Parts: sequence; structure tokens; C-alpha cells
Amino acid sequence: MLRSENLIAVGLMGLSGYFMLHATALPIGWVEGSGPGGGAFPFWLSAIMLAAATGILVRNLRSPRDADAAPFFDPETVRAVASVCVVLLITIALMPVVGAYVALPLMLLWYLRIFGGHGWRVVVPLVTITPVALFFFFEVTLRILLPKGITEPLFFPLYAAFF
Amino acid sequence: MDVLALLADGFATSLSPLNLLIVVLGVTAGLFIGAMPGLGSVNGVAIVLPLTFIVPPASAIILLAAIYYGAMYGGAVSSILLGIPGASTAVATTFDGRPMAQQGRAGLALIAAAVASFVGGTISVVLFTLFASPLADLALAFGPAEEFALVLLAFTTFVGLGGDDVLKTVVMICLGLVLATVGLDLISGQPRLVFGDLPGFYSGISFLVLAIGVYGIGEVLHTIETSKTAPMVTPAKLTFRELGAGLREMNRLWKSMSIGSFLGFFVGMLPAAGATPASLMAYGIARSTSKRPETFGKGNIEGVAAPETANNAASTGSLLPMLTLGIPGSPTTALLLGGMVMWGLTPGPMLFIEQPDFVWGLISSLYTANVAAVVINLALIPLFVWALRMPFTVLCAMVLVLCIVGGFAPSQKMHDVWLIAGFGIAGYILRKADYPLAPLVLALVLGPLMETSFRQTMIAEQGNLLAFVQRPLSGSFIAVAALFFLLPLLKHLRRPARRLEPAE
Repeated sequence: MLRSENLIAVGLMGLSGYFMLHATALPIGWVEGSGPGGGAFPFWLSAIMLAAATGILVRNLRSPRDADAAPFFDPETVRAVASVCVVLLITIALMPVVGAYVALPLMLLWYLRIFGGHGWRVVVPLVTITPVALFFFFEVTLRILLPKGITEPLFFPLYAAFF
Repeated sequence: MDVLALLADGFATSLSPLNLLIVVLGVTAGLFIGAMPGLGSVNGVAIVLPLTFIVPPASAIILLAAIYYGAMYGGAVSSILLGIPGASTAVATTFDGRPMAQQGRAGLALIAAAVASFVGGTISVVLFTLFASPLADLALAFGPAEEFALVLLAFTTFVGLGGDDVLKTVVMICLGLVLATVGLDLISGQPRLVFGDLPGFYSGISFLVLAIGVYGIGEVLHTIETSKTAPMVTPAKLTFRELGAGLREMNRLWKSMSIGSFLGFFVGMLPAAGATPASLMAYGIARSTSKRPETFGKGNIEGVAAPETANNAASTGSLLPMLTLGIPGSPTTALLLGGMVMWGLTPGPMLFIEQPDFVWGLISSLYTANVAAVVINLALIPLFVWALRMPFTVLCAMVLVLCIVGGFAPSQKMHDVWLIAGFGIAGYILRKADYPLAPLVLALVLGPLMETSFRQTMIAEQGNLLAFVQRPLSGSFIAVAALFFLLPLLKHLRRPARRLEPAE
């Protein structure tokens, strides 16, 4: 628990330092005639964040907790959560390549069938109805085009029918 | 009376067929969202917001407010039938609602929750109607200094009253404010914090991206962890005889219901407090003023009525500062505020002058939403019992799809979808380490206002920082803010032994 907590605090410290570095691209002090510079707000707030995150780290190091406190992650949780995260990232990476209408049903298929262990009677209707509903809601009604990637030509007849 | 005339005009808007349909749809969706464990009003509003492009802006806000309302009613359903609060706001409802269900009185508990929600919602909407105009008039006198002081005050309530670790709260507020500065500088127009000139960052980070990430993806990851086994649903059926008996029983509970309503309304106005503490406080007061406090926790109907009036009243209360001052009273109203800005309706006193039709239409829709919610809630109970059997994996899969598509739709950039995934995973880890997420979202929404008001004041006052304290209104806000900020320190000094309190 404690080690993960410290890692998070260090991560936040690093993040605030990174923000401060970027904020210095614009003036962080007083600019004659136009008040505080554009970098001032992000710079000084990141500085407060750095101080607070350092405070959390120092406090953790100074007051060690029970050794038998619950672990931050149990292995089973890590496996479940990490696999969903990986699949989510793969889905997003696939969207511009093979299109939302291939990537999202694939994700649903994995989630419901493999992760959720549902029978085909649940999986098949959900995997087929969801993309159809998305198409009619976003593309036909709202005129918002979802990414299609290489599947774009397949949609030309549908565009012709609905637009 | 002036207010009555305005309200009557408002009803002309909210009772139009489209808006009436929208209220019914929103309340129904909200009831389901609230009833589903793992989804609360804030998740529901975050996920549904991108879908509201389908209706005109004013109706979109009415839809979101109706979802907010419905979710407050719905939270009680799973508290009673599953013993798991549908949202954190309904935690107190489990204390007596669950025992009632186990004693075979689930129907009565559901009636009590619905009627109490209606009473709390209605009393607080009346209070809202009375307070809205005077507060907006007062806010008209605000200059940039007052605006800055007020935003500061909103953030310090998290430090003083939020109950979370002070340092972690400060980190989250600062992180949200810094993320709000990404993009083009508000005054000089120069790009800043664009991280290696990534073009996607030039338009800034939308509140919606953060909200969908944290409350959509993050919530799904959290649900995976917490709900490994399917819960048991207690069957409940409702007859008209039971309904009559329930209403007679409720008639004896006016005292705790009125306390709950007033308490909820005023606690709800504070950004850091809101519906969850309000409902717990109302439960505590109902128990301590009861003639038979020992029956609480064992299925006392008053223990259902008190928190349910309070959490509904609090949701209305949190709308008041959002609409009149532009300072949201809860994470959900922060999303409503962000949505309104996105639609070109800037909340604050000027809205009452420039868009009275919208303002009073929204307020009057809260009345109709309450009526719709209590009727739909009671009518759809069999459907809820059925829906609560839906496995979490199906719900989570659907939420993931909606998050991805909903995150893409507003700006149509894959950049935002990547950010949503990043915020979701980071938000889940931060939440696990007890970093509060509400101040983060609120800070991102209020960041631009805070920065502009600060810089405008500084320019006008030639860099004199004391200007914030010298003006009477902003000076008093700053004083209260300072008090909130010092509150944890004072507690700390009085009880130094609390330093080792473990964070779970």
C-alpha cells in the first residue's frame, strides 16, 4: 500500500515539475502594462501542487503504516483491470484504422464473451444491435461521422440511402 | 408577485410537448442510472451529455437536470432491493431500507423513498424559486475581485468540509486548475502547455473529456474491482392497498421530512458537502430526535424518509449557486455548468436578465420533473427489479462503448478519446489512493473563470493583491475562505494524535 502511495506521490511531483517547465514558455511574472503573464497561473499552481505532493510523500515516509495493511492491488484485480485497460487502448488505436464499426463490436465481443463469460444468446444481439443503433443515432440523426478507416467504402451505399 | 409571473411564464416553456417529453425521458433514464449500482447522477450526466446534441440547448439542459433528479430518486431502489447504494447519495437509505426489505416490507420502503424524495424535491424547489432572484440580484454587484473570491471560497470548502486528506485535496484542485490553463492563453492568445506542440491541446482540455474519463471509464474500472459477485435482488411488488397504507404512514413523518428538506437544501449549496453528507446528517437528526431511536437501523420507515428527502433537496440546493452565481454546488452541477457553457448559456446573474425564458423554464421543469419522477418511480418498480438483475459486465461494456463514442462526438477528434482513456485510468488509480476527484472536475470547470477574474483584478488594481481584501464583499468571501482553509489545521492542533489515521 505504502509503496504504491509513494509512487503516486512521486508521479504527481514529476507531473507538476513537467507542467512548471512548460509554463515557463510564457512569462510567469508581472508583465508591464498587461498584468500577470500567461505562464503565471499554471506555473505557480503547479508549484503549489509540487509542494503538496512533496508533503504527501514526506508524511508517508515519516509515518510507516502497518505491514499487514491491505495491499493496494490484489493480483486478481490487477489482471482484470489491466486486461480491460489494454483492450480499451487497443480498441481506440484500431478505430482510425479499421473504423469504429469494427473496433467497437470487437471490444464488445471480447468483453461480453471472454471477460464476462456470457452465452451467445446475450452476446450476439448486443454485438449486432449496438453498431446499428450507433449508426442511426450519430450518423443519421446527428450527422456526426464516426471514424471508418479502411471500411469507409462499405458505407458509401448507406450514405447514399440516408443523406 | 413578480416571481409567480416569471414562474408562470416558465411553465409555458416547460409544459411544451417537447420539454414535457424530455422531462419524462430524462427522469426515466435517471431512475435507471440511479438504480444501477456503480452509476450515479454524475456518471449518468457525464455519459449522456454528448448525446444531448439531438435536442435544442435549453431542452438539453432540462434533460440533464431531469436525469439528475431521476437519479436521486433511483438511488434508493438498489439501496432497498440490493442492499447496495445505487449512488453514494443513497448510502443512508440502506441503513433502514435494507432491513425493511428483508422483513418483506420492500414495497413499503420503496413507497416511502419515492414519496419522501417527492416531498424533499418539492419543498426545495419552492425554496429555490424564492431564493433564486434575490441571489442573482446580489450577484449582479459582483466584479472580477468578487468572482475570484467566490471561486476561491468554493475550493476552500473542499479543504475545510470535504473530509478528505487536505494535501490530496490541494493537489487535485491545483491539477484541475492547471489542466484548465492548457491551450491558448485567455488574455494574450499565445499557446501554453501544449506539450510538444500537440495540435489537439491547442483547443484546451474539455471538461467533458475529463468527466467522461473519470466518471465513465474510471467508474467501469472501479466496478470491475468492487463487484465480483452478482448481488441478490429482493423481490418487491406493489399494490394500491400498500400504496394507500404507505401514504398514511408517511403522513406521520412530516417533522423529519421537513427537517430533511431544509437541511438538504442548504447543505447542498456548499460545493464540498452536497447530497451524501446531507442525507447522513438528516438520518442522524431523525434518529436523535425520535422517541424510539433504538428502532433505527432495524427497518424504521423514518430512517428511509429522512435521508431521501435530504438528498433530493440537496440536488436542488446545489443547482442554486450554479445557476445564480456560476459556482456549482456539486460535481453533477459542475457538469451541467460545463454543458451550459458549451451550449452558449453562461450561468450567473446575467442569465436571469438575458435568458429569463430559459432560466424560468428550467426552474419550472424541476416541478414537473418531481411529479414525473414520483409517478414513474412507483409505476416502474417491477421493471427495476428486472433491470437490477442485469449483470455488471453487460452494463460496463455498454458504458465503455458510450464513453468512447460520446467522447469522440463533440469535437470529432481521436485526440480526445485518447485523453479520456488516460484520464480514466489515472482517475481510477488516484481514486484508489484516496485522492478526491470532485475538486479536480470542479477546478477544471471553474479554472478559466478563476484565472480571468484574477488577472482582470490585477490589471485594474495595478498588481495590488490587497484589492481582494479591501472590497467589502470579496473581503468577506476571502475571510470565510481563510477560515475553511484553517479549519483542518485547527482540528489538527486540538487532536494531534489523529496524525496516524490510515487512509483506506
